[in-house]
Amino acid sequence: MATEILMPALSPTMEEGTLAKWLVKEGDEVASGDILAEIETDKATMEFEAVDEGTIGKILVPEGSEGVKVNTAIAVLLDEGESVDDVTDAAPVDDAKPAADEARGAAPEKTPARVADEHPTPQPDSSPDWPEGTEMVQQTVREALRDAMAEEMRRDDHVFVMGEEVAEYNGAYKITQGMLDEFGDKRVIDTPITEHGFTGIGVGAAFGGLRPIVEFMTFNFAMQAIDQIINSAAKTLYMSGGQMGCPIVFRGPNGAAARVGAQHSQDYAAWYASVPGLKVVQPYSASDAKGLLKTAIRDPNPVIFLENEILYGKTFDVPKLDDFTVPFGKARIWREGDDVTIVSWGIGMTYAMDAAEKLAEEGISAEVIDLRTLRPVDYDAILASVMKTNRCVTVEEGFPVASFSDHLASTIMQRAFDYLDAPVVTCTGKDVPMPYAANLEKLALTSTTEVIEAVKQVTYR
Amino acid sequence: MAARKPAAKAAAIPNVAKDDLLQYYRDMLLIRRFEEKAGQLYGMGLIGGFCHLYIGQEAVVVGLEAAASKGDKRVTSYRDHGHMLACGMDPKGVMAELTGREGGYSKGKGGSMHMFSREKHFYGGHGIVAAQVPIGAGLAFADKYLGNDRVTFTYFGDGAANQGQVYETYNMAELWDLPCVFVIENNQYAMGTSTKRSTKSPSYWERGAAYGIEGEEVDGMDVLAVKDAGQRAVEYCRSGKGPYILEVKTYRYRGHSMSDPAKYRTRDEVQKMREERDCIEHVRQLLLTGEHASEDDLKSIDKEIKEIVNESAEFAKESPEPDLSELWTDIYADELPQGEPEEAA
Repeated sequence: MATEILMPALSPTMEEGTLAKWLVKEGDEVASGDILAEIETDKATMEFEAVDEGTIGKILVPEGSEGVKVNTAIAVLLDEGESVDDVTDAAPVDDAKPAADEARGAAPEKTPARVADEHPTPQPDSSPDWPEGTEMVQQTVREALRDAMAEEMRRDDHVFVMGEEVAEYNGAYKITQGMLDEFGDKRVIDTPITEHGFTGIGVGAAFGGLRPIVEFMTFNFAMQAIDQIINSAAKTLYMSGGQMGCPIVFRGPNGAAARVGAQHSQDYAAWYASVPGLKVVQPYSASDAKGLLKTAIRDPNPVIFLENEILYGKTFDVPKLDDFTVPFGKARIWREGDDVTIVSWGIGMTYAMDAAEKLAEEGISAEVIDLRTLRPVDYDAILASVMKTNRCVTVEEGFPVASFSDHLASTIMQRAFDYLDAPVVTCTGKDVPMPYAANLEKLALTSTTEVIEAVKQVTYR
Repeated sequence: MAARKPAAKAAAIPNVAKDDLLQYYRDMLLIRRFEEKAGQLYGMGLIGGFCHLYIGQEAVVVGLEAAASKGDKRVTSYRDHGHMLACGMDPKGVMAELTGREGGYSKGKGGSMHMFSREKHFYGGHGIVAAQVPIGAGLAFADKYLGNDRVTFTYFGDGAANQGQVYETYNMAELWDLPCVFVIENNQYAMGTSTKRSTKSPSYWERGAAYGIEGEEVDGMDVLAVKDAGQRAVEYCRSGKGPYILEVKTYRYRGHSMSDPAKYRTRDEVQKMREERDCIEHVRQLLLTGEHASEDDLKSIDKEIKEIVNESAEFAKESPEPDLSELWTDIYADELPQGEPEEAA
C-alpha cells in the first residue's frame, strides 16, 4: 500500500519548517536510511531520512516551500508493483494526532505548591511518643544514633552502613563507634574519599534490594553527590511508574559546627526539603534522633537525615524500650503556651527553648514546636497552635532566602491569615557565607536574643 | 595486573549455531526497525522531548545479552531502547512509554530516557551522563552482598567515560571485587564532539589498568565478537575476580538525538560504515553464505519483525494518556519488596 511521507518534527519544539531541498525525485527507489530531503528548522538544517523502502511516487510539496506544518504529507512512497496513478487522489491520512488530545480523568485533587492543604481544619496528633511511666535513660544524641543503627542492623541483615572512616576509625564523629566490631567489615564499610561515587553505589545497592545507610562526614561534602541523591534516589520511583524504589538513608552532620568556615558550615535543610521524593529529618533531641533514625532505616524511600555536630554531645532522656520509633510528619510540642508559637527543628530548638524560658520570666507564654521532620511536615500542629496563639516566630540556622521558614510563613499566611495578629517573623542565619572569626560567626547565626526580640515584635511588647 | 590485548578477529566462517545466528539477526533487526519507527513517530509529533536512537549499535546489546544469564542485571544511559528490547522487555510497553501513554513501562511518567523493568532486571534508563556507572556498581555490590553469582552489565558511552564518577567507581569496584562488566559503547561521538577532540588517550579500556581492572577492546559491529568478549567478561566477574571493562567500538548512524543536524561528521563517513560494517548485514551474509537461511527465510523474518513493530506503534498510539490522578502517584512508596525482585516467568 502506498504510504505518505509526512513533514517531520525534528526538534522537541518544531511546529513547522522549510522544505529546503529534495534529494530524491519522483521515480527514485529509496531504502531505509537514505536521505530524502533537507529541512530547515528554526535551529538548523536537518537531513530527513527514509524509514521505509519503496519508490518515490509523487512529491506533494515542492522544494523551497516555507512554513510547512509538521505532519503535512510531503510525498508519496510506493510499494513494489504500485504506480503513481494509484495515488493521485491521495488525501492526507490523519493518524498523526495523539489518541488522547484532551485531558482525561478528573482534575487533580491537589495543586502544585499547595501541599499544605491536607485538612480544612488542623487535626494535630498529640499522642505521646512513648507510654506514660516508661523508664527513661540518659543518652547523648551520638549514642542514640549509634543504638538506632545497631538495633536496625540486628533486626535486618540487608541494612549496612558505608562512608568515610565509619569502620576502623569508628566514625569521624564517633557515631559508628564499636559497629565494626559487632557487624564486621561486610556491613560496616570504609569508603575512599569519593562522595559522588559511593553515593551512587549506595543508590544502586538500594535498587538491588539492600537498605544502605550512607554516612557523609558532613553534608557539605554531599554536594559532590547531590546529583545521585536527587536525580537518582529521589526521582526513580516516579520515573519508573512505581516499580523501582530507593530505600536508603543519607545521614551525617549538617549546618554550622564551630569555627570551620564557609565551606563546612552550611545548613541544607531547605535544599532537600524542596525535593519531592525525598523525606527530610532534622532531629533535635536524643530520643528523636534514635526513634526517627530507626524509622528512616525502615522507610522504603530515600531519607535525608540531618544531624548536627554541636548536638552530638548533648544529653537527653531516651525511653528504655525494646523497639522505640518515632513516626515521620509528627511534630513534638516541647512547651505549651498561649501568647506565641515558636516553630523550630534541629539545633534551632536550642535557641527556641532558651528563649521560651527567658520569655516566661517576663510573663510571655510561648508554645515551642519541634517539627522533627521537614518532609513530611506536620502542618496541622503548626496551624492549630497559631490559631490558638495568633502569632508565630520560626527559628533555624539556614540561609534566609528561600528558607524553610519562608515556606512555613507562606503556609500560615494562606491557611490561617484571619488568625494572625502579626506577621510571621523568621529567625534564620544571615545572608552571608559563614565567617571564621569567632565574633562574626556568632553574628552570622541566629541567637536566643533574636528569638526573644522577634517574639516581642509579634506580641507588640 | 596485565590488561588483556584485543582479541583476534573472528574467523571468516565462525563456529556458531544456526539458531543462535538467526536469533541475533532477529534481535538486532527488531531494534533497528523499532528505532526507525520511533524516529517516524517522533517526526509525527507522537513522541516528544529527547529521543536518542540506537541504530547502528545493535550488535553491542544483542551480543552481550547472548553472554548474560538469567538474573543478571543491566543499567544504561538515555540511549536505552535497544537495551530494553534486547533483554526481553515488551516493545509495546517501550513504545507506549515513548508516546507518554498509560501502557508504557513507566505509565507515561518516565519517557524515552527513564524506563525500568524489575522483572527483566533492567535498572534504567538514566538521563544524567555517567550517573548509571556507580549505580551499576551498586547493583553488583548488592549481588555480592547477597551472595549470589549474578553479574551487572553497566553500559556507558565514550562521552560518559570522561566523567569523574566513572573513575571513582572503577576504584571501588576493583577494591571490593564487584561483579560488574563495564561496557563502554564507544560510538566515537559524545553528542557532537568526536573522541579525538575530547580525549587524549586513544583507548578508554586501558584506563582500567590504573585501577587494576582488566579489559579489552571489542569490534562492536560484529555480534559474534561482542558475544565472545562478553562471555570472557562474565566468566571473569562471576568467578569473583572483580570487574571487567569492555570497550566496544561501535557507530551510531543517526544523530545524537532527533534534533541533531549532525554537522560534525560527513555523510560519507556514515554511509561508509553503513555499507561496509553494518552489524545486521554482517549476520545476514553469514546466514546466507553458511546456507543457514534463504533470502525468502530472511524476508519472512523481516516481515514478522515489521509486524511486531507496527503492533507496538499501534498500541503506543491507542493507549490512552495517563489519568490526571497519576500526577500524584509514585512519589513515595508505602512498602517495597525486600531482596531480589521475582524472576520473570
